[in-house]
Amino acid sequence: MTAQPQDTRTEGPGTPGTEVLRVEHVAKRFGAVTALTDVNLRLDQGEVLGLIGDNGAGKSTLLKILCGFHKPDKGRIMVMGQEVVLKSVDHARSLGIDAVYQDLALIDQLSVYHNMFLNRERVYWPLLNNRVMKRLARQYLDEMGVQIPSVKVEVAKLSGGQRQAIAVARSVYTDAKILLLDEPLAAMGVKEAALILDLVSDLKRRGNVSVIIIAHNYGQVLQVCDRVNLLQGGQITFDKRSADTSVAELTEMVVAEYRRALEERQRAEGKRPA
Amino acid sequence: MSEITEPRAEAAVPGGPARTGGERPPWLEALRRGGTFLIQQREASVFVVLVALVIYFWLSAPDFGTKLNFINLTQGIGSAYAIVAIGEVLLLVCGEIDLSVGFIWALAPFLMHYFIDFYGIPVPLAILFAWACGAGIGLINGLIRVVLNVPSFIGTLGMSFLLYGLMLVTSNAEAAAIPPRATGFFQEYFGAYAWSEIIWAVVLVAIFHTVLTRTRWGLYTIAVGGNFTGAAESGINAGKIKIGNFMITGWLGAVAGIMEAFRNNTIDPSAGGYTPMFYAVAAAVIGGTALAGGSGTVLGALLGMLVLATLTDGFNLKGISADPFNIILGIAIIAAMVANVYLTRLRRAGRT
Repeated sequence: MTAQPQDTRTEGPGTPGTEVLRVEHVAKRFGAVTALTDVNLRLDQGEVLGLIGDNGAGKSTLLKILCGFHKPDKGRIMVMGQEVVLKSVDHARSLGIDAVYQDLALIDQLSVYHNMFLNRERVYWPLLNNRVMKRLARQYLDEMGVQIPSVKVEVAKLSGGQRQAIAVARSVYTDAKILLLDEPLAAMGVKEAALILDLVSDLKRRGNVSVIIIAHNYGQVLQVCDRVNLLQGGQITFDKRSADTSVAELTEMVVAEYRRALEERQRAEGKRPA
Repeated sequence: MSEITEPRAEAAVPGGPARTGGERPPWLEALRRGGTFLIQQREASVFVVLVALVIYFWLSAPDFGTKLNFINLTQGIGSAYAIVAIGEVLLLVCGEIDLSVGFIWALAPFLMHYFIDFYGIPVPLAILFAWACGAGIGLINGLIRVVLNVPSFIGTLGMSFLLYGLMLVTSNAEAAAIPPRATGFFQEYFGAYAWSEIIWAVVLVAIFHTVLTRTRWGLYTIAVGGNFTGAAESGINAGKIKIGNFMITGWLGAVAGIMEAFRNNTIDPSAGGYTPMFYAVAAAVIGGTALAGGSGTVLGALLGMLVLATLTDGFNLKGISADPFNIILGIAIIAAMVANVYLTRLRRAGRT
């Protein structure tokens, strides 16, 4: 009655190319809670990987391990073929791994261009070279196809999608090679989501940035990702190219999981006295 | 997946679709545009209030328009307090406050007096040392905040008592005369000359307004106060920014204190105290600085202080007692804060 999750991670499909990131047997527990049991994952140059899974499946934990925020209890992480121990977020960033969180780390009170150049300002000492920063920010956002009314507006004035786009643009602009996007499409309208999907497609076309997207909307994931991984119960239980799977298949797999959980609950409740 | 941000999208385009039907006469349209511009310039509304007050008192109090009165008005509250307000604005913007600045104000001229009269240090050096001590006290305030993680409200409250005690103990709570070697040139240029305080205030305001709006330091000050985590994630050393702004404030407190001692021609243990700090915060708020951090304007604080000085001066000239002044001040602060919150929302929504 439940669809058996396909486990193809040992020789998963994917675009052939240089491997930029490889995760082997990573496990992580927080006290009594086991967040990740055995995660194996890889990411190729210029690839966009969709990471889906239920709430609590360990997506965010995995993301925080990859960006250097948490340290894994077990397992190895390889960046550009070299095994690394990520010591901190800054260390991960220096290796080209950058995460864009939902809270985005943007300063609401500052303009778009000041946010884009925060801590990397162009200076005409002792003054900020606002003219150059404005021009570069405009130019860069145009190149990436990010549309905002003006780079001079405060970030607080922008919509959720525009803010996300600015955060992504900032990461890419600062030489991120592996971009981790944490639910970039959450709480976003259709138009907003399209903005981000366009942005990711554009990155993909350029090919020098590899992306892992955590997302919930399978239609959007399939539209923009080259490959989809499903995280269930702390491990990757499904790894297919987007072309080889469908929204129906992904939905069925997750629905099956819900169904199992529901049945367990009902069994447990049945046993309990009313 | 928790909240819906959709309504924000609406506000994405500033100005939005033009709602004017086109039937409005051009002068009305120009007036509307002018109004929009004024609301968007944070300092403009308080400037309008200042101009209105000046015109009102000029017309209603015969002595208001005299040169002597403008000297009275600009010295003291109008400028020495404004110098302190610069520091408070920087601190408020990065999410802190310094309650002890008025006690640095009181201590600094005594330090200068000790350096000159007891240690024989040349006057300019003694002034510099006293300034440096102000900055040093700011450094301690900053370290207590950043390293020991004590909220600045508490840390600087303790520092206030400490400095007050130090000043009373070392001076035997007695006023001292301006050191004879400091009279003349130094006394005149650092406060006693009719326009010297306002000139210092305007120069310092110009410098720090530029620092806050046009330099890296100002950008980081805003970033640290606006989104502490975000600023830290961007690699900004938030502690350094906060400590630096405490030092600037301490230095400005010393500058203002020495200036006032010169102007009053005495080094008085009852000078300073909490009053300059409260006026400084009031002026900052009236000028458009939010206590929540992340936004504020140095120029606005100067204008706010000039508003307070004009009110005090105008009330004096009209023979109104000082008591109702506090009522006006209280209403002004609350009204300014309400306007600040409301206008910020308007500005954010881009509908102004």
